[in-house]
This record gives sequence, structure tokens and C-alpha cells, in this order.
Amino acid sequence: MGIAKSASAAASGGLSDPAIDRKVTVYVMGKACEVPATATIMGAIEYAGHQIIRGAGCREGYCGACATIYRMSGDYKIRTGLACTTMVEEGMVLAQIPSVPAEKVVYDIEKLKPNVSAVQQTYPVVFRCVACNTCTRSCPQDIRVMDYVQAAKRGDIAAITELSYYCVACGLCMLRCPAEITQPLVATLAKRLYGRYLSKNSPELAVRVGAVADGRYDAEYAELMALGRSALSDRYYARDTE
Amino acid sequence: MYPEYMAESLRKVVETRARRVELGKKPAPVYAPMNADERSAVLDGFHPDFKADARRSVRIGPNRGEILTTEVADLLESHSWLRTEQVDLSHPDIETDLLVIGGGGAGCSAALVAMKEHGIRSVIATKLRIGDANSMMSEGGMQAAVSRTDSPPRHYLDAIGGGHFENKPELVRALTEDAPAVVQWLEKLGVVWDKESDGSLQVLHGGGTSRKRMLSCRDHIGAMIMRTLMDEVRNHPDMINVKEFMPAVELILDDAGRCAGAVLYSMDSEEFFVVKAKATVIATGGFGRLHIRGFDTTNHYGATGDGLVMAYRAGAKLLYMDSVQYHPTGAAFPEQIAGFLITEKVRGAGGQPVNKDGELFVFPREPRDIEASAIIRECQQNGGGIETPSGRVGVWLDVPIIDQLNGEGYIVHQFAAHHHQFMKYKIDITKEPILIYPSLHYQNGGVEINAHCETNIPGLYVAGEASGGVHGRNRLMGNSVLDYNVFGQRAGRYAGQYASGVTLGSLTLSHLNRHEQELAEATVQTSLVTPILLPSYAPEAVKKRQLMRHHAQSLPGASVLHNRLHEESRRSGSL
Ligand SMILES: Cc1cc2nc3c(=O)[nH]c(=O)nc-3n(C[C@H](O)[C@H](O)[C@H](O)COP(=O)(O)OP(=O)(O)OC[C@H]3O[C@@H](n4cnc5c(N)ncnc54)[C@H](O)[C@@H]3O)c2cc1C
Ligand code: SF4
Ligand code: SF4
Ligand code: FES
Repeated sequence: MGIAKSASAAASGGLSDPAIDRKVTVYVMGKACEVPATATIMGAIEYAGHQIIRGAGCREGYCGACATIYRMSGDYKIRTGLACTTMVEEGMVLAQIPSVPAEKVVYDIEKLKPNVSAVQQTYPVVFRCVACNTCTRSCPQDIRVMDYVQAAKRGDIAAITELSYYCVACGLCMLRCPAEITQPLVATLAKRLYGRYLSKNSPELAVRVGAVADGRYDAEYAELMALGRSALSDRYYARDTE
Repeated sequence: MYPEYMAESLRKVVETRARRVELGKKPAPVYAPMNADERSAVLDGFHPDFKADARRSVRIGPNRGEILTTEVADLLESHSWLRTEQVDLSHPDIETDLLVIGGGGAGCSAALVAMKEHGIRSVIATKLRIGDANSMMSEGGMQAAVSRTDSPPRHYLDAIGGGHFENKPELVRALTEDAPAVVQWLEKLGVVWDKESDGSLQVLHGGGTSRKRMLSCRDHIGAMIMRTLMDEVRNHPDMINVKEFMPAVELILDDAGRCAGAVLYSMDSEEFFVVKAKATVIATGGFGRLHIRGFDTTNHYGATGDGLVMAYRAGAKLLYMDSVQYHPTGAAFPEQIAGFLITEKVRGAGGQPVNKDGELFVFPREPRDIEASAIIRECQQNGGGIETPSGRVGVWLDVPIIDQLNGEGYIVHQFAAHHHQFMKYKIDITKEPILIYPSLHYQNGGVEINAHCETNIPGLYVAGEASGGVHGRNRLMGNSVLDYNVFGQRAGRYAGQYASGVTLGSLTLSHLNRHEQELAEATVQTSLVTPILLPSYAPEAVKKRQLMRHHAQSLPGASVLHNRLHEESRRSGSL
């Protein structure tokens, strides 16, 4: 009934489902495990009995905690994915990355300018990019990572913001980059610069903030807060909708 | 890709769409919203909270005798990880002015404001990484009365009506009155709000809003705000000390009954650390990973209600812990993403829930508990649901209609994350609807606070999803992102102020002895040890081989055994 048959089925990809009993063999940190063919990588690791501590956060593709690298048996290629949203396949050889080392540069947003100078002051490493496109090929979010690194070199803050909007900071591009660039940190910096400096100010926001500070709504609040439940309910159901 | 047998139903959704587009273009609601009587009928009949064994009386603690959600009562009637005599409180491992427990949105905001307004140093102790939190995941938006046609008191009326008039008025006032300033504060930190071309903030409707006031960052508001806050926290390493994989397991009091810090547990080394703090903020978020009534959840991995347990044992009072929010639109297909959230913004933008015949059966923007109950009713009573191959049931959420209402390309731009997510399963949401069913989403109640985030324990502050009273028994979309910002900031402000003036006495964990004594007096038999910290998703057969312990009196200290104990004790019915 839209309700998982057990809590275990709930988050691990329907593993207790009797209708789906096809199994595949995957290698969890090198060890062969038979897991349901419908499992996600995360579900498979848990099915194999691991209690994940590092390597799971949101479990839905937002946080980037579950960076995973893998090979397929018989294939030399290193592949990358998010464990929580990537399905297992026969012969996957999996390793979760517990943590990706990267030095976040400490800065004061008030002292940066939304142009190439900010990049030069914080992450000059981007200028080492050799345009090999490895980052783009390793991004599980299908982000054109190299393009935003190029935009960073030009100081095009708006373009970085747009291109990296859905970056989950999993760090996979960063691990694979031969120039040791810390792409997701650049993406966060750019978004903050865009929000702080380039996004047009809202004319009515400052007015509203001022009105609140001036106590413009105090009387109306006092009146509403003094209403009894039924009077309040009448007011609520009678209100007009935009 | 949907299975073949759903084709007929999918065809009906297409067939009825033209008619529904016409309805959607008119100013009148596409389906009659329920009045007060209809609302209470659908809640009584179909909301999971109203099922016979969904709630029970709690036998110990500050809320003794009160009816609570069964799983919450179980959680509160459990043993501590610690025995008082094991912990040496005389040599704290860490001393700080402010301890913030939980590195989500509320926690980061509290630490930042305490620093900016009072120059207070803090420690943020968090369970996973900073930002591994429900705050990272919010999609739809944040409410704030910023448009010309709107006002903060109107926001107040909507929020308190949505909460069935049970919200604490002073908290709703704080929530709605601080909102515009929060928007400005976040923008100054670098949050990229969706804007109109003249720079005004883009606003949409959400469930239960009478004015358009849902602000957004496409469908990624959570990541946008959370990453900004985290980044700012990390810009002050000398003022804010972040301890990851170091959850708190108990609060510490002083001899005057004030909160004086907490005991942390290092997940890596399995050591316990004593933190002495002048003020403590609990910002541990919600409890979706308790899988109440077996429901799937939208919540992150660490959402196990830890703050409730710790605060309760220390003597804090809870409010509205008899009510659980099920989000109306969790994914019901494919199986791999069952329970994942489909943002309410889909309905805000004109998306419509329709039954297997493609017919509307509910106004798309009822408050959440009403909308969810109506969907359950449509499936359970009216036979309007579609069954999935694995035996779930759901109704359609007509997404493609959004492009017909707002113009081609709207879905791909505004719901890029969902588009990307479903494409992995070969479902193109610009062309096909999504199968949905309610999913366990939000902890409506929590530790009772006032507008200063104070609890009944001096020195203990609570903010965000862990707190109770802001939303009554039903939170509206967009009010909890707002909540963690408003009350996270307030917690930092007032806890910071308090910390500047307090001198602590000697530390104690004697409340744990009192708790054990109460358990014994109430003849509670339980092997449950909490806080849970992490759920276990190992299959039953694996758990058996892991030789789970049945008697939790021997305390943890080896791996994360307590989780297994939790599940084991539930199964063996010893609770
Ligand atoms: C998928 C999803 C979508 C959502 N969409 C929206 C939306 O569009 N609009 C809206 O208004 N709301 C939305 N919400 C709700 C909203 O995001 C949350 O209610 C809010 O972010 C809670 O913030 P918080 O800071 O209180 O808790 P969280 O952000 O959950 O942070 C709590 C933190 O505490 C940590 N923690 C837990 N236990 C311990 C412990 N024992 N010791 C130390 N740390 C601990 C956790 O790991 C976590 O980091 C959504 C929620 C989810 C799950
Ligand atoms: S850009 Fe890099 S860090 Fe961001 S999602 Fe892609 S691979 Fe991960
Ligand atoms: S992987 Fe590194 S060097 Fe190669 S394109 Fe990307 S940023 Fe440049
Ligand atoms: S666990 Fe968050 S992205 Fe996978």
C-alpha cells in the first residue's frame, strides 16, 4: 500500500520484494556478494551487511556523501557514480570514497569582487586546467564541469553558477582531475558571489523589512493573536486567495 | 518506464488533460477545496495518525500520561547508552561557550548568529558530515511574505490555519515576522533566489497559502541555502569548531538544573567525549528514519529523533509528538526511489493529482495532512489507485500539464532535478505523470520552545525540526526552511546572550539515574538503547548472522550494535 513491507525495504531499494528475486554478483570493496538486481549500490552494500557510516547522507542524490568508483569486470575503465541513485549491474567492482580531501579556502565574501580577481585570490589552481575533460566525464550529475572551470578562468561568475547549479559536491571530478583542481569549492564560491553581488536587488524586499522593523504590523498581529479559536477559524476560512 | 499494464490508465490521464488544462487556466480552484467538516472527516478516516494503534500513552518523563505516536513513546521509554558512573565529568574534554548539536540549517545558523552578534565561540557537533541533513534536501521553497499583495500577518493566518489553530501564536508571529529579514540575510550571504527580471523575488503558491509567497532556488533550495551556510561556517574556523561524525548521546546538567553541555560519541573511534558548554542548542532535526507505521521516508540517513530523547531524559517537555507529517507526494514507482520526495512545488506550478481514470479527486493545494489523507482515501476506499508490480499503490501526479499551463520548457528548467532523476528510470516527466503516494516526511512536534527558543531547562535551546509548537500539528510547505532559519538565528541570538552571562556549577548526569528509576517504577521492559543514531538496513538473514544481542543492558561500545538492538526488540515484541 505504498508502505514498505519492512523498514529495510524502505530505503534499500525494495530488497524484500518477492516479485523481484533476480540476483547479480557485485564486488563490495573487492568481496563478491550476491545482491538483488533492482538494488542501488547503496542498497547492495547494506544488503551485504555493511553498516555505512561514511558514505551515506541524504540517500536521494543531494548531498554527495556517497561518491563511488567502480569498474566492470573485464573492462579497464574507471567509472564513477553516486551510490544512492546508481543501480547495480552484474560484475561491478565497487569502492565507496569515505572522504575526499580538499582544502577549502577561508575568505570574507564582503571583500571579494564577482570577477576573475576572486578566483585568483581563492582558487588560483583553476588556471592549471589542461582541458582534458576528465572532470566532465566523471560527473554523476552530468555537469559540464570543464566548462565551468573554463568560466572560472574567465571570471564569468554567472556562467559558473548556471553550469554548476546542480553540483552535489561529491568530489569525484576533483579526485580524477590531473591538475588537482577543487571544482566543487569553486562552484560554491561562485554561487555565493552571484547571490551576493550579481543578482538584481528586489525593490520591495527592503521596503518590507523596513516595515517590519518599524512595527507597521504590530497592531494587526495583536488583533489576530487576541482572537479566540473560533473567531480565528472564521477569519481563516473567509480569507481570499490570490 | 512504466509497465505495460499501466498504459490504459496513462492514456486516460492524457485524455482528460485538455479539460484539466482549461480548469487550470481559470482563476477558480480546479477542484473544490474542502470545508472544515470535510477536512476533519478525511483526517479521521484516513490519516495514518488516526489508526487504532498509531498512538499510545507514554509512561515516564515530563509528558507522562500523554498520548504520543507509538514509535516515539517507544523511543522515550528506552535506555541510555551511558551509565552515570562510567563518565568522568570532572575533566571535560572540550569546553566552549556554546555547543550546537546538529550541523544542519538550524545549527549552522545558530553558530553564525551567536558569533556575529555576540562574538561567541561555538562547537558544532554533528552526526555525519556537516550539511548531511534534511536541510540539504528541501526542494520546493521557503515562505516569506515579501510581495506587495502579501503581508506578514496574512502569512500568520495561513500558517495558523494550516496548523489547525494549535500552533503557539508567539512562535508563528516570530516565524512570519522575521521572514523578510531572513530572505535578505541569506541573500547577503550569497543565496541565489529565483527572481523576476526586475529583481523582485519570484513567488509561487504552496499548499495552504492564500498569497503567492513561496520563494525558491529552482528545485534545489535546500542545497543552495545549506551549502551557503556551511561554507560561511567554514570561513570561521577560529570561531566555530565543527566536529563531524561526533553525535551527542546525552545532555549534561549542572547542580542547579541548567543544561551544561553534552556527551559526544565518536563514530570512528567509539570514544565518548565530555563537552562542557555554557549554553546548548539542540538542532538535530527530525525522525523520518524511525519509519513510523512502516512508511518510506523522504528524510536523510541520520533523522532518528535523537534530540527528542536527549532532551526528554534531561527533563524537557515535548509538544505535539502525537502527530506525524506524511508528505502527499512521495514517489511510488520505480521501487528504487520509493518514498523519495516529489516537491510540492509541482502542484504549486499547476501539477494535479488524478486517479487511475485521469480524474481530479482533490484540490491540489490542500494543507498536507488533508491532501495526503485524500490520496490515501482515493486508493483505499474509492479504488482510484494504480498498483505497482511490487504491490504498492499510488495515484498519478500529472506533471506534463505544467508545460501546457506555463509554457514549453518550464518543467525541464524548474524541475531539473526530478527530470534528471526520473530519466535514469526512462520516465520523461515532461511527457508522463509520476506515480505518487504519501511518504513519512516531517516531525510536526518536538521539544516545546518559546519565541527565544528556550525550553523549560535553563541553558537548553532548541531550533528547527526538533522543536515543537511552531506548526501545531501540521506544517505547511515552505514553513520549515523558514523555521530553521528564523529559529536557528534566534537560538544563536538568545543562547549567545545567555552564555555571555552564566556561570555553571558542577556537572552531573544524575538525570539518567532518575530516568532508569522511572523506567523501573513504570515496569517498562525494553531492550532499546537510544539515541538510535543510524538505522540498520541489513536484511534479516544478515542480522541473524550478526548475532544481535537481545539484552541491551550490556551497553554498546562495539560498532553500531544499538541499531540492531532497536530493530530486534521491535520484532520480538518486547517493547
Ligand atoms: C526531502 C525533503 C524535502 C523538503 N523540502 C522542503 C521544502 O521545500 N520547504 C520546506 O520548508 N521544508 C522542506 N523540508 C523540511 C526541511 O528541509 C527540514 O525540516 C529542515 O531543513 C530541518 O532543518 P534542521 O536544521 O532542523 O534539521 P536538519 O537539517 O535535519 O539537521 C539536523 C542535523 O542534526 C544532525 N544530528 C541528528 N542527530 C544528532 C545527534 N545525536 N548529534 C549530533 N547531530 C545530530 C543530523 O545529522 C543533521 O545534520 C524538506 C525535507 C526533506 C527531507
Ligand atoms: S561537478 Fe564534481 S563535485 Fe560536482 S557533482 Fe559533478 S563530479 Fe561531483
Ligand atoms: S579534469 Fe581538471 S584538468 Fe581536466 S578539464 Fe577538468 S578541471 Fe581541467
Ligand atoms: S547519499 Fe546523498 S547524494 Fe547519495
